[in-house]
Amino acid sequence: MSIAATQKRSFGAFLWDYLTTVDHKKIAHLYLFGGGFFFLLGGLEAVVIRIQLIKPENDFISAGFYNEMITMHGTTMIFLAAMPIIIGLMNAAMPLQIGARDVAFPFLNALSFWLFLFGGLLLNISWFTGAPDAGWTSYASLALDSPGHGIDFYIAGLQIAGAGTLMGGINFLATIVNMRAPGMTYMRMPLFTWATFITSVLILFAFPALTINLFLLMFDRMFGTAFFDVALGGNTIIYQHLFWIFGHPEVYILILPLFGLFSDVFSTFSKKRLFGYTAMVFATMLIAFLGFMVWAHHMFTVGLGPVANSIFAVGTMAIAVPTGIKIFNWLATMWGGSVRINTAMLWSLGFIPSFTIGGMTGVMLGSAVADYQYHDTYFVVAHFHYVIVGGTVFGIFAGLHYWWPLMFGRILHEGMGKLTFWTFFIGFHLTFFIQHFLGLMGMPRRYWVFLEDQGLDLGNFISTIGAFFMSFGVIVFLINIIYTAVKGEKASADPWDGRTLEWATASSPPPYYNFKQLPLTRGLDPLWIEKREGNGKMTPAEPLGDIHMPNGSFTPFLMSLGFFIAGFGFIYQTDNSLWHIALFGGMAFALGCMIYRSIKDDHGYYIPKAELEREAD
Amino acid sequence: MKGWMGKIKALLVFSALALFLTACGKDNLTALVPKGYGAQSSMDLIILTTVVMSFVFLVVIIALVIVLMRYREKKGQEDYIPKQVEGNQALETVWTVIPIILVIIMAVPTILASFDLADNSGASKHLNVKVTGNQYWWHFDYENDEFQTSQDLYIPVGERVYLNMISSDVVHSFWVPSISGKLDVNPENTNTLYIEAYEEGVYWGKCAELCGPGHSLMDFKVIAVSKEEYEQWVADMKAVDPEEVPQDAVAAEGKELFEANGCMGCHAIGASPAQVGPNLTNYANRTTVAGVKEHSKDVLVQWILNPEQYKPGNLMTGKYPELSEDEADKIAEYLLQLDATDITPESAGK
Repeated sequence: MSIAATQKRSFGAFLWDYLTTVDHKKIAHLYLFGGGFFFLLGGLEAVVIRIQLIKPENDFISAGFYNEMITMHGTTMIFLAAMPIIIGLMNAAMPLQIGARDVAFPFLNALSFWLFLFGGLLLNISWFTGAPDAGWTSYASLALDSPGHGIDFYIAGLQIAGAGTLMGGINFLATIVNMRAPGMTYMRMPLFTWATFITSVLILFAFPALTINLFLLMFDRMFGTAFFDVALGGNTIIYQHLFWIFGHPEVYILILPLFGLFSDVFSTFSKKRLFGYTAMVFATMLIAFLGFMVWAHHMFTVGLGPVANSIFAVGTMAIAVPTGIKIFNWLATMWGGSVRINTAMLWSLGFIPSFTIGGMTGVMLGSAVADYQYHDTYFVVAHFHYVIVGGTVFGIFAGLHYWWPLMFGRILHEGMGKLTFWTFFIGFHLTFFIQHFLGLMGMPRRYWVFLEDQGLDLGNFISTIGAFFMSFGVIVFLINIIYTAVKGEKASADPWDGRTLEWATASSPPPYYNFKQLPLTRGLDPLWIEKREGNGKMTPAEPLGDIHMPNGSFTPFLMSLGFFIAGFGFIYQTDNSLWHIALFGGMAFALGCMIYRSIKDDHGYYIPKAELEREAD
Repeated sequence: MKGWMGKIKALLVFSALALFLTACGKDNLTALVPKGYGAQSSMDLIILTTVVMSFVFLVVIIALVIVLMRYREKKGQEDYIPKQVEGNQALETVWTVIPIILVIIMAVPTILASFDLADNSGASKHLNVKVTGNQYWWHFDYENDEFQTSQDLYIPVGERVYLNMISSDVVHSFWVPSISGKLDVNPENTNTLYIEAYEEGVYWGKCAELCGPGHSLMDFKVIAVSKEEYEQWVADMKAVDPEEVPQDAVAAEGKELFEANGCMGCHAIGASPAQVGPNLTNYANRTTVAGVKEHSKDVLVQWILNPEQYKPGNLMTGKYPELSEDEADKIAEYLLQLDATDITPESAGK
């Protein structure tokens, strides 16, 4: 009885620890499992879509439900799976890579996570009452036309989750600007940190456009304005512009962090310094900059005219240049190296041809007149899956295998890892390569059914089979996680012969204060330098002293809960004014939490020097 | 021996051809076999960009294969530390400059084609058709409202036709892959697309912008006939007498039912600017029922009885009193004898 009680208490303590944590390493765990949950949900939606399209004129699901399925698949995968998992990886590695003890604003970091989670839950609760059905882009004319509350859930859910992302971006910027350890100059930062920095800038400038757009749509739907209502003098094309001014940088928000990660992985497992570091940094910046200049290539067929189309076509093609520099620099990094192929490296090597195809079709889509044929067909579906799965998802898998020891202290099982890679890799190409042709053969995207005798049967069938292979790979990965948690090989502090500071802590996972003494960086790849030219350990940049740590807090959870409740109020107040209670109650509660947070002084606590000395070096 | 080789050769050529044809999709639907001006323009650029980008892809793959063959970690040399190379200015310049040149090679024809396809200066000299996109059907208005049709757009082959397109509800997109790339059909402004079919034929058109549950069933046809046939068709369409009572007694009864049940409220027969529902003039010669189903009486009866089964979310369901199968049958009989002209889809390509 006493054992059960202890276990129960310890589980409660475990739960409370995570509900109140402000430690970037634990927030990374939360992001990974939150994002992972939504990834599985989005994957399930993808499988339903592919089953519906396994044969012509299939009636597996209804037309309305299919539109909900594609909308939720896209929205979930982008906002609730890919981005949170990426932010999770950033949380796990970035502060360590710059030799910091945490992010600049640990409280804000926790708030970012809980806003994302509650936003995501709010959006998915719409499944019970009717999910959004106007596509992940939710173009205004159709979104205003959509009955029920699906679109309202989309607006409220994304608004709450988006606020969290925006805060996260600001937090990472402040962290990288202010918290780099002594000697860690900008041009010595690992590429992943650079990518985090640049991605955060993208978030900072791109997300406000989405926020505004969602507000305008919300006013139109809930409060009788007519920004996008053509009958009352509104204009739906403005919605498309605002959406893509956010939406195109969003693509780079999804891929640049993984570019950074691949740079670290290629360099580590080739035992070579990154080829053309400076060029890599500036190529990333250039991609990000150009990423803001090309949004209208999503709108070539809107009828903007040849001048706009030409400018945006050239801009789009220009992005191929810095992207090409990156691809060739990665190849040159491996060239002449000693390439060790483990699972993390397999995903990275698989990324190169897959993403290159995505980049190729990206340039092809950039040719405006060719795009008149590609646009809104399965060619586009194939293209962006090659970029987002072949780039982002492959990168996430590489990152998980690479940093699993850092995050959980154990090494993922290699055999299962390779099985996942091969089934997923083959399934991925099987699913999406054929879709390029389906598009050109006349299959528009977002089609609930395709008709018989239009030459589209075989391609769709192959595509669905590929989706099953991918599902199998993901299931093996889940088994791998469970196996590793129970019986996985324990990792040392530096399991991969690493080059960067996240491998220079006392253990895997690192102690909660990260570094007992902040390390002194003497150049690019600081740990590698110390291994080759020093004694293999980082030289401390400060004497051993008390460490200032932030206190945990339950307030971020409660604040987000307030917004979550207010979200329901906003959605349903158009039906019944009693819902104003939820709206104002939720907002008041969130505001109350903010006031409490502002008034209450929380100076954190110190880990005394004596305690640090007691711990073995 | 020689005959045997010849047979093999013929078989190879034949199967390669078959593979090519199936790989290109269905004739008159696929964009890969262009049969119109716009589609040809796009196809030229598709080929150019594919060739250029395939070259880049090949270079990447070759480099990757060499890396994997030559620079794998060797057994027993796990401690080997390769030379730490910072970079190579000459190499990096090469893989910056060459892509810039490749981009220019692709960008210039793209810009030229963009301006060419957007040049509507000749509109006044050619045929103009007003196209309206609706959930989930297409309305075609010929020659300044002189007559209207829906779902099947007749055009003269080998001539430019300017389509002035607007939507009555949400954004749609007009796409006839074999003839032309797509252009959005917006609710707030008229977009002009010119099309020109090189060959006679019945071409598949599709809506390419998500517009609701019926989006995937918003198909239409472009029927390119010879100039003479087209002129005949126009004359016949103008001469339609909407009041004409059918000779056949069942069809005449159908006409009465058509009027008594309020079908006229949405569906015009004969010239009418109204476009709440598809204009049914010349219905007998439609290619399909509801844009996607076989054009037969049985299907039409089923459609009248329950449109929702064929096109989810359509705006016809529930707009009229419930009909008995017998009544629907009579209405179908009436609609199927609305034969205004001898120019039919079969005329194309004969």
